[in-house]
Amino acid sequence: MVALPIENVDTDQLIPARFMSAPRSKGYGGFLLHDLRRDADGALRGDMPLNRHADASLIVTRRNFGCGSSREAAVYALVDAGIRAVIAPSFGDIFAGNAVNNGLLPARVTEADAEDLIARIGAEVPAARIDLETCTITLGDRDVPFELDPVQRTKLMNGWDDIDLTRAELDKIARYRAERRKTAPWAWPVAE
Amino acid sequence: MSAPRTMLDKLWGAHEVLRRDDGVSLLWVDRHLVHEGSHHAFAKLADRGLAVAEPDLTFGVVDHYAPTRNRDAIADPQIARMVGTLQENAARHGIRLFGLRDPGQGIVHVVGPEQGLTLPGLLINCGDSHTSTHGAFGALAFGIGATEVAHVLATQTIWQARPKSMRITVDGALGPGVSAKDVALHWIAKLGTDGARGHAIEYAGSTIRGLSMEGRMTLCNLSIEGGARFGMVAPDQTTLDYVRGRPGAPKGEAWESAAEYWLKLPSDPGATFDREVAVNAAEIAPTLTWGTTPEQALPIDATVPDPARLEPGKADQARDALDYMGLSPGRPIAGTPIDQVFIGSCTNARVEDLRLAAMVLRGRQAKVPGMVSPGSTPVRLQAEREGLDLVFIKAGLDWVGSGCSMCVGMNGDIVAPGKRCASSTNRNFKGRQGRGARTHIMSPAMVAAAAVTGELTDVRPFLTKRAA
Repeated sequence: MVALPIENVDTDQLIPARFMSAPRSKGYGGFLLHDLRRDADGALRGDMPLNRHADASLIVTRRNFGCGSSREAAVYALVDAGIRAVIAPSFGDIFAGNAVNNGLLPARVTEADAEDLIARIGAEVPAARIDLETCTITLGDRDVPFELDPVQRTKLMNGWDDIDLTRAELDKIARYRAERRKTAPWAWPVAE
Repeated sequence: MSAPRTMLDKLWGAHEVLRRDDGVSLLWVDRHLVHEGSHHAFAKLADRGLAVAEPDLTFGVVDHYAPTRNRDAIADPQIARMVGTLQENAARHGIRLFGLRDPGQGIVHVVGPEQGLTLPGLLINCGDSHTSTHGAFGALAFGIGATEVAHVLATQTIWQARPKSMRITVDGALGPGVSAKDVALHWIAKLGTDGARGHAIEYAGSTIRGLSMEGRMTLCNLSIEGGARFGMVAPDQTTLDYVRGRPGAPKGEAWESAAEYWLKLPSDPGATFDREVAVNAAEIAPTLTWGTTPEQALPIDATVPDPARLEPGKADQARDALDYMGLSPGRPIAGTPIDQVFIGSCTNARVEDLRLAAMVLRGRQAKVPGMVSPGSTPVRLQAEREGLDLVFIKAGLDWVGSGCSMCVGMNGDIVAPGKRCASSTNRNFKGRQGRGARTHIMSPAMVAAAAVTGELTDVRPFLTKRAA
């Protein structure tokens, strides 16, 4: 578990736009927080905990993590860098949805608990445990409860695929569509 | 009598295909807008061998990677590939594409409204957080990630938990030189970048009613900078006047019945919101950002905050922002020298924005270099008919093609490291306009004033002289 004691880590910082044209198969891990982790000449900065501990899988950070652009690439960068969960007092709405869609846990804790975890971590990289069943983070002898939207929790636990779920409802969608065509014909664009 | 409903209630109800026991709704998507950045989603679709469910409701726009110069031979192979991939995907799936040579080409959130693809009462999705722009018409419009884009492509629906409702009521007259951009930066500075997280905002009040559609779009566009995925304004006569006659808008009898329905969308009297915020328009000055998040904004006549006087959490962030921005605490923000200016983006590159900037620049010279990128080719042509292009060019600014340009730092237009840019865009995040770039966001009129003096400047004296 590493600490990233910064507020409002936006998705432009999580992955600068210039990297987003790469196909996912190339792996996005190297782009994660690129400009924060590297000097202008590309060298890794030693004062960044993430750089010293490339095998970290949990990040504790401050409020409003993942605000800004809807780029799912921000989540790809975290996931491809081996991050399994981000722990913060709050997350950008779009980011949180994107995270869950990629099996990354956005765990909400209180401001006080986030600060406590950050203080306990200090410059170290202690091992910690996250239990999705009980919604608990365990760091040493400290148990910290976290919150997660129940829907997101179920999705993370079941690894549901939304497209499959929705395709099971195709008849209902077809009925809705027929009804909308009838009651709101203006909702279809006029052909040019 | 049924209980009074908010516009959000009405729009949500009209799009609900089904609701699961856990309260999450499957919503029908009336318009799906895709851009070059949607390549991940098309790849997901290809992996599963699925077709686009409703190509007639899906529209492609080249904007994020659109070069603003020398488009006929795109020099950067990465950019050429991104544009080419969208062209291939659009052709493969039978999607109408507004490509680089299309007369309707532009930024997706300018093109949709301009072409009449954006209408009141619709649900509109796009893989871009500024999709809230379209809410200005009284539409349910929100940005989504790539997994969701793939889902909409495959099913024309989206799973969504209903956000909480929030009404921001702005009343009173805006002062001279104060625009929708200032209203947005003002409330975001007050409530924070996560102030409206989890909420759908409805902007209401006499000030909002008095805004043009362009102004309403600017305001709704910036909702996400305050944390809200949704921002909307109730349809009224201003809305109808804008929409009528647009290429994709209904015609004849269809128009009549649509307009009748649209005017029933506003929240009912007595409808209650989960959260209410009131803003007094008279208190809003021309506003700009000083730091690296949109909440770090202040009136142009204020001084740069001193971290020593802020609460601990905010102080750390302020110190870091001042360091990145190269500013000293306690000094007036006005008078800070700038290196360049940019007018453009989905926030502020519509013709009204260009007119306001040109009003300031007419007959004046810019002291610093800069670019003006109109929001679309139709905006460019309209501006050229009005001679606005010549105002910018004579002032010494570059008049270029349209696209996301210098707002997003991925199409070749960037601000160099350490350079300070007065920008009509939406994000002052670190590195947003290029690595190490220092961005101050403000209205196009304020950008124009900064261009003239070469420093961050109050636009108001420039306008008073003009009005006289």
